[in-house]
Amino acid sequence: MANEILEEHINKDYEWGFTTNIDADEAPKGLNEDIIKFISAKKNEPEWMLEFRLKAFRNWQNMVEPEWAHVSYTKPNFQDIIYYSAPKPKKELASLDEVDPELLKTFEKLGISLEEQKRLSGVQSNIAVDVVFDSVSVKTTFKETLAEKGIIFCSFSEAVQDHPELVKKYMGMAVPPTDNFYAALNSAVFTDGSFCYIPKGVRSPMELSTYFRINASGTGQFERTLIIADEDAYVSYLEGCTAPQRDENQLHAAVVEIITHKNAEVKYSTVQNWYPGDKDGKGGIFNFVTKRGICLEDNSKISWTQVETGSAVTWKYPSVILKGNNSVGEFYSVAVTNNYQQADTGTKMIHIGKNTRSTIISKGISAGFSNNSYRGLVQIKKGASNARNFSQCDSLLMGDKCGAHTFPYIEIKDKSAVVEHEATTSKIGEDQLFYCKQRGIDNEKAIGLIVNGYCKEVLNKLPMEFAVEAQKLLAISLEGSVG
Amino acid sequence: MITIKNLHASIGDKEILRGINLEVKAGEVHAIMGPNGSGKSTLSSVLAGREDYDVTEGEVTFNGKNLLDLSTEDRAREGLFLAFQYPIEIPGVSNINFLRTALNEIRAYHGQEEMAAKDFLALVKEKSKLVELDAKLASRSVNEGFSGGEKKRNEIFQMAMLNPKLAILDETDSGLDIDALRIVATGVNKLKSKDNATIVITHYQRLLDYIVPDFVHILYKGRIVKSGGKELALEMEAKGYDEIKKEFEIAD
Repeated sequence: MANEILEEHINKDYEWGFTTNIDADEAPKGLNEDIIKFISAKKNEPEWMLEFRLKAFRNWQNMVEPEWAHVSYTKPNFQDIIYYSAPKPKKELASLDEVDPELLKTFEKLGISLEEQKRLSGVQSNIAVDVVFDSVSVKTTFKETLAEKGIIFCSFSEAVQDHPELVKKYMGMAVPPTDNFYAALNSAVFTDGSFCYIPKGVRSPMELSTYFRINASGTGQFERTLIIADEDAYVSYLEGCTAPQRDENQLHAAVVEIITHKNAEVKYSTVQNWYPGDKDGKGGIFNFVTKRGICLEDNSKISWTQVETGSAVTWKYPSVILKGNNSVGEFYSVAVTNNYQQADTGTKMIHIGKNTRSTIISKGISAGFSNNSYRGLVQIKKGASNARNFSQCDSLLMGDKCGAHTFPYIEIKDKSAVVEHEATTSKIGEDQLFYCKQRGIDNEKAIGLIVNGYCKEVLNKLPMEFAVEAQKLLAISLEGSVG
Repeated sequence: MITIKNLHASIGDKEILRGINLEVKAGEVHAIMGPNGSGKSTLSSVLAGREDYDVTEGEVTFNGKNLLDLSTEDRAREGLFLAFQYPIEIPGVSNINFLRTALNEIRAYHGQEEMAAKDFLALVKEKSKLVELDAKLASRSVNEGFSGGEKKRNEIFQMAMLNPKLAILDETDSGLDIDALRIVATGVNKLKSKDNATIVITHYQRLLDYIVPDFVHILYKGRIVKSGGKELALEMEAKGYDEIKKEFEIAD
């Protein structure tokens, strides 16, 4: 499978690097309370939402940008960013036919179909998509089908209007607005995102998905995702993202929160493919994201799977707070850095409840002049009896100009805890490549095979469609990095 | 099949092959013997196209083509197979997937279509029997966690699957007990035909009890110093390499 995909993609550059010429409705550059009020007004938000934003903003002003990550970059000038950019709607959209055709073309190029009809012809898989273009959500598919089951899947803005009680109750529960610099910034200026609520006893009949696209120049993207799984509920959620090729660095500072009630399970998968910058490290997205889930009640489970191939700088630690007894947290990650990309990524597993279990499998691949760091915290609080954690952090180096780093933090306050940590670092072997070539397999395909083999434990966790896309991405990201 | 003329190769400043001449015709089995450090493994690596070595002189013709001009993978696709002395592990890549990729790459090179999955699996079943390879090993990661004997059997299994014109067995007997040796040798013998050829590189004579060579060559200090029939191997076994060393001592 990997090979066919590789073949198809050999010699391709970042193929999502195009821009779309669309009339945009933009806020002036810069950040102050007026801009926040502007965003809030644009979205017809209730007073409590504006208050939430302003409070976060005031907090943010007193915070400092974190410098502990193993990355170096020129800090963004927060006054030089456009915080709101929306494809200009001609009027209120009543149906898909009214969506700007340019926008539809963009998503066609990206391979995302907004046309639910395709499902009927059996072409498309069963995935509901919420699409976020620059600052706003443009379309959520399958809404009605999901509504029949009582599932709410809509843009964040709509949720604020239509389900304020849920948003009020859960927003900020896993990631408080004061959590960190970027989370605070996001809480102040977030423009849209996805909202999902799975009611009691419901298993989502399809995978839900958000697709993020940064298009406009000079903008930042600040979206929020909030997923709530009520008792006995289950959902598998996918997130994908791309951006145009630009010389400038663009900021993406998202917040994702997951809350699971009793016996509920959420599986969150990401294929992150923001523009990584060019071969000399010019341009690319700064991906500073806070993702956290909280297993609020007993026997619930949150699982993060991520394949990170894009962005110039990544700073991201999808985490789980295991509050309920017997709750389970998982983190499966492949992070690839090539050329001058930098990634500092990992997870935090906070064990609070009894008999809580967590698994961390992290696979880092560094090539070119890149730096790839795993940073993870396993914390067992007092009273979290019989907590268990297994962590495995592997690094694969390609070439001799790149770096791989591991920063594991383990804090144990309960004697009954069992925590295991394994780490390996290997180099993609000339021996392995020679062996493959001696069997008739060329260099690029051999790398594809070896890398996909190395990441198998993580790729296996992805839903089928995503696994295929992830394999393609791995191959493309590492093109020409050896030999 | 293959003609090697005055082949010189070095690694860094050190010349290891100092003028090898050898011709192997279809249907023949040649054994290359020699003491440690004589250049046996270098010869197989150079023929297979390992980049660590520089060929400084000489020519090699394989199936009418200039072998030294071909990339490593194209040599394989032309039908040159090297059974490794130390087979390499590729974690996470199943033997099956690895072989299917290899086989289809070779087929594509010859303008053939990919082999249908059904036919491929039938072939796996047939060929794994040849070396008594446990079907479970076929779906495990390439050589990962295999015992020494399983690795060597897996090499011959791959050889059976890829059906090469010229197979070079590099110290395939090393680390094998007598039963495994017999299994491996039986596999090799069954694959022998009038259209293919085998070069067996070995330190000891015992493998040649099972794979009977048509010609035996003694390699010493980068040159073939003596050639003969299978009796030469027995002679070497009896006398050891000391006599050769004395006779052909070359100043470094």
